[in-house]
Amino acid sequence: MEQQRESTTLGMWIFLVTEIMFFGGLFTAYLIYRTAHPDVWEMGSQHMEFKWGTINTVILLTSSFTVALSVHFAQLGKTKLTALLLLLTVIMGCGFLGIKAIEYHNHYVEGTVPGHWWHYYEVENPDGTKSQAPQQLQLFFFIYFVMTGLHALHVTIGIVLLAIIALWAWQGKYTAEYHNPVHISGLYWHFVDLVWIFLYPLLYLIANKHS
Amino acid sequence: MATNAITEPVERDNYLNAGYGIKSWLLTTDHKRIAILYLISITAMFFIGGFFATMIRLQLLTPQGDLMSHDTYNKVFTMHGIVMVFFFLIPSIPATLGNFLIPMMIGAKDLAFPRINLLSWYIYIISACLMIYVILNGGVDTGWTFYTPFSTTFSNTNVMLAGVAIFINGFSSILTGLNFIVTTHRMRAPGMTWNRLPLFVWSHYATSVIQVLGTPVIAITLALVAIERVWHVGIFDPKVGGDPVLFQHLFWFYSHPAVYIMILPSMAVISELVTCFSRKRIFGYSFVALASIGIAVLGFLVWAHHMFVAGISAYAALVFSLMSYFVAVPSAIKVFNWTATMYKGNISLRTPMLYALGFIGLFTMGGMTGLFLACLGIDVHVTDTYFVIAHFHFIMVGGAVMAYLGGIHFWWPKITGRMYPDGWGKIAAGLVFIGFNLTFLPQFVLGYVGMPRRYAAYKPEFQVFNVLSTAGASILAVGYLLPLVYLLWSLRYGEIAGDNPWAAQGLEWKTSSPPPTFNFDETPVVTWEAYEYDHLPKEVPVVG
Repeated sequence: MEQQRESTTLGMWIFLVTEIMFFGGLFTAYLIYRTAHPDVWEMGSQHMEFKWGTINTVILLTSSFTVALSVHFAQLGKTKLTALLLLLTVIMGCGFLGIKAIEYHNHYVEGTVPGHWWHYYEVENPDGTKSQAPQQLQLFFFIYFVMTGLHALHVTIGIVLLAIIALWAWQGKYTAEYHNPVHISGLYWHFVDLVWIFLYPLLYLIANKHS
Repeated sequence: MATNAITEPVERDNYLNAGYGIKSWLLTTDHKRIAILYLISITAMFFIGGFFATMIRLQLLTPQGDLMSHDTYNKVFTMHGIVMVFFFLIPSIPATLGNFLIPMMIGAKDLAFPRINLLSWYIYIISACLMIYVILNGGVDTGWTFYTPFSTTFSNTNVMLAGVAIFINGFSSILTGLNFIVTTHRMRAPGMTWNRLPLFVWSHYATSVIQVLGTPVIAITLALVAIERVWHVGIFDPKVGGDPVLFQHLFWFYSHPAVYIMILPSMAVISELVTCFSRKRIFGYSFVALASIGIAVLGFLVWAHHMFVAGISAYAALVFSLMSYFVAVPSAIKVFNWTATMYKGNISLRTPMLYALGFIGLFTMGGMTGLFLACLGIDVHVTDTYFVIAHFHFIMVGGAVMAYLGGIHFWWPKITGRMYPDGWGKIAAGLVFIGFNLTFLPQFVLGYVGMPRRYAAYKPEFQVFNVLSTAGASILAVGYLLPLVYLLWSLRYGEIAGDNPWAAQGLEWKTSSPPPTFNFDETPVVTWEAYEYDHLPKEVPVVG
């Protein structure tokens, strides 16, 4: 049992390392292009909806709290409470995805979805005149959509995973002696949250927000 | 000692007769059965890749190349590369021999995650089917390196699907690596300390670390190429400020360590073969073990030596050139240690040993030509020529494939309980060695005098070397087909092999051939060091 618990925990940590490498390629691309086009990045960040990004951050951080609580109660053998907290986490995860859907829709309407749907050409200058948006803005948005899209995919996987674990917890599958699946699923969720903690400032907090 | 090999003796329970029927194989979680599933799939992919190689060599028989159009030729060498790298070389030894042997070598019943092991195979099969579909649907013409902007913008072939297939294939690799790492940490039998592990396990551990860290990067890189194909804009597109060279950095950040994924398991096999067939302990166990780790670490620090002429700065080129010289050191240490192991050993030239000796010579030549390429001045002259092709084929074919064949021949009696006729084994090994050298030695010359790679036609003065190369390839093909024949023959008519026909050291030889489903009747307790050949017979018994 002990060997199984240690093995599965080690397995999950190694898997999370692969996930870091997976996102790492995108963070590298972000780093290189932001260094090359800092003004475009600032402009892009101003197009992010600060309100939604911040609410999403609070949601995910809270969901990490609830999932940690669920692991705590699993250790105490309180499986119903574990299941409820996991369910709460799932609900918050769905809320995150809902807000991202709103944001994506707003970008679509605004014309800042790259490729076929890009129709954002005019930029308000500070003095009121309009000029063409730089082509590099598409680059920023490409990175935005791929990074947050990949992240959203992982949130979805996490939701499904936690929902299954919640169901099994409710059905009494876990005890104080055996609850490692709850623990390692919680680890996965924490990782998903951590990626967002990096994404949020890098995408939403670049520009100076005075208003 | 005549054994009537035709009549079936009373068989003990083993993993092969533990269950019959297709479900017992397709739903197995036994690492040994999964290894055999991989063995069959990988052999099939090898011959598909070999088919494309045949097409290449036939096209290059004549300077103007009359066999196919240049566009088709681009597709042929691309598919050769993709199939051989991703669907043969990377999985080959780990998924077959590694899967079969690692649990046995550490005294365990199975890998840490048997169901994930089966999942790895299914992921591999799905990716292979997708790639076969890509082939049948016209293939890809970008080269296996998928350089942008050709791959993202200008190619008219199935780049997106090929990218998806390799993406999926990557997960098979990652999960296998993950499984091996956890198994090595957590499933060792009592007394099997890290320093008593066979070097086979050490090398596979290092391979697994590379697989786990590197493969996700190529996954995301090819995903970005696929997205750019679909969205018609992407981060490698200069029109929006993107940089095509960024693709090369991201691609090679994985693909260089990938070559170490391909060679480390081969070195794993050689350590086992050289000790058994010299009847000696390995010379410098710790050095060989740590050299594996060193190769894994340093292998991540040299990727831009594939980009010396891509426009990187002279300072960057200098650093990567220096690091490339460093990475040769641990490999050289291993070659020295194997050679020292053979010194004053009692050497038997059985089939596996012939492959091992071939490996040591050919890998060394391939490795040294790598040093030539690491030298900036030489690289500028020979990069993108047949010199590079010869270099990596020496390592991949002269090295990795020979080690794979040597391993298959060494552990065949353990896997199947049957022995093949050693005479035929030696003939095949000889044909492989001769055929290989005739195929690829002329290519060093071709590259040096200026024949570019990936060209469907060439200047007439290069023809004689191309003809020699194609002649060699035909001999090589016979050498590869022969084992298919006699190994399959041995399954029914081969001599029954005992538990330890080579009188080798290692826990896998202490159980029956073929092994029982859970490997050992009782969990072994290890109180001896690896490679204690002084306690074993001084001669390898005559078998086959």
